Amino acid sequence: MSELIKKVKALLNDKTINVFVGYEKGSADRIRACFARNEAQANKVFFDASCTQNLAGYLLKHEVKHFGKLGILANVAALRSIMQLASEFQIKDGEVYVLFANPDGTFVEFNDFHSIEAYLQTTDTGIKAEEQERIASLEAMSNNERWLFWNKEFEKCIKCYACRAACPMCYCHRCTTDVNQPQWIPVASHERGNLDYHLMRAMHLAGRCVNCGECATACPMDIPLNLLTYQLISPIKETFGATAGMKADATYALSTYKPDDKENFII
Amino acid sequence: MEKELKILKYSDLPKLIERFRSQGFPVLAPVRKGKVVEIEQVQTIDEIALDVLLSTQSAKKAAFPKVEKVLDYTLAKSGVTQQPVDLDSFQETILFGVRPCDASGFKSLDAIFGEEPKDQFYLQKKAKSTIISFSCPVADEYCFCTSVGGGPGNTTGSDLQFTGISKDEILVEILTEKGTKLSALFADLLSVAGSGIDKSKFLADVKVVFDVDGVVKKTTASFNNAALWLDQSLRCIGCGACAFVCPTCACFDFQDEQNTKKGVRLRLWDSCGFSLFTLHTSGHNPREVQSQRWRQRILHKFAYMPEQLHVVGCEGCGRCSRACPVDMNIKEHLTSIGAIV
Repeated sequence: MSELIKKVKALLNDKTINVFVGYEKGSADRIRACFARNEAQANKVFFDASCTQNLAGYLLKHEVKHFGKLGILANVAALRSIMQLASEFQIKDGEVYVLFANPDGTFVEFNDFHSIEAYLQTTDTGIKAEEQERIASLEAMSNNERWLFWNKEFEKCIKCYACRAACPMCYCHRCTTDVNQPQWIPVASHERGNLDYHLMRAMHLAGRCVNCGECATACPMDIPLNLLTYQLISPIKETFGATAGMKADATYALSTYKPDDKENFII
Repeated sequence: MEKELKILKYSDLPKLIERFRSQGFPVLAPVRKGKVVEIEQVQTIDEIALDVLLSTQSAKKAAFPKVEKVLDYTLAKSGVTQQPVDLDSFQETILFGVRPCDASGFKSLDAIFGEEPKDQFYLQKKAKSTIISFSCPVADEYCFCTSVGGGPGNTTGSDLQFTGISKDEILVEILTEKGTKLSALFADLLSVAGSGIDKSKFLADVKVVFDVDGVVKKTTASFNNAALWLDQSLRCIGCGACAFVCPTCACFDFQDEQNTKKGVRLRLWDSCGFSLFTLHTSGHNPREVQSQRWRQRILHKFAYMPEQLHVVGCEGCGRCSRACPVDMNIKEHLTSIGAIV
């Protein structure tokens, strides 16, 4: 029996947690989330380098929370999501048991948000090299080329909202796009509706995106949506010195005023 | 009608598409777009991805698109003037290279949209579509058509079906009046099929994994089994990917887009997986949590449709499972429902 399974069983047995959100083997060669509440379910918990899904979004799911105290197997993206969610008052310190899976297969318990913050300072939280390259190639485009690139990508969109559902930061009970009187965003999945939706979503994630890439992974139409929100990470950092998901008590750059904020964008 | 069998050469496929195009028929066929395969209008055979297992989305959009105008209107002090869409304006269209599960998916849509009051937007488009399906030489582990009454060579819903029987030859089954009419356009390319061609030899082997009648009975009886639906759907994140790629999901929403003078009424795909789907104006939601929405998805296909429309609302194409961002696998879920004692 793996160390991980032993650990999960111990946590469930001593009632540290009521449910452990981890990974199990899924269909074909896929990995899926699992929600272990008993020994039999704990036996299925699995971890290896292919377990990349950011599970933090499940911490806010009503039916998962309903089980009681939650435990989660977190990767770096999930740790950052937890920090960001904490800074947005969605998770309180001590509310979630966090077991961190090191890429080398060892596990670390985080007892409080402070230890997560300390760990994140020492680890690589950046955007993957191949994604950086894609961003660089987008930034090298002329405005018109970039406009055409995104319009072509958005043409594929069917507005299934998998990107929104998979995003740990898209937790609004009533998303702007679901408000139809008045229609802030056209509901239809036509050219303008798709464009407005994705731009609105990117704007709402500016300074909040923790570059986990779940939006792009989730998209059944293979739209590289992560590039949209990733592109907003460095401007926010350069302008406000803020990076999302690094501190549990961070103030949000775009809703906080400081006397020395740059004003160079005001025409 | 009794089906007719003919032989067509692979090398004549370019001519076939040319002929359809020269007659002015739009041809919709699977086209590779990076990792996804879309069903789109094509001009030549080279654009068509005939070797793909399945398109990412189903062929339903030919008759039930994701966005469809149903009405134009103008607003004036004197009142609202409506300009209905001209139903005769829909073009005769050829769906080419879709799979048997796409073609048979229209059987469910016909039943849904054919109920009173009949849905003319769908029915007119469907009436003007001729479907040339290609039987499946391969399947993957998400396919389970044979468990829901279909199969890799199922001809339900197809007007013509093509099956590759050698490197050079295609067996053409002419199945309907529409198929006969269309095949007249390329009669010169067809030769007589020798007797004794065993089509089944050229089809994928798709194992039956559950007894559909048992699943229908057990699904119907499981309405109150909250633990079952919860267990199955804990990882479901409530997006609409499954419904939107499904060949039989037919739920829709209406939205008006207007300014102060005029507007347009649109019909849009909708999904029972969305929390908004059943949200009442009062704030009450009869399907409060995701497990109830998942139950609705399964019950609609395997309890309500069999009961009310006498069809199972699933073709076993497995698109929902492939598209699901969190690996909800319908074949697995149905198999476990079938195993309930």
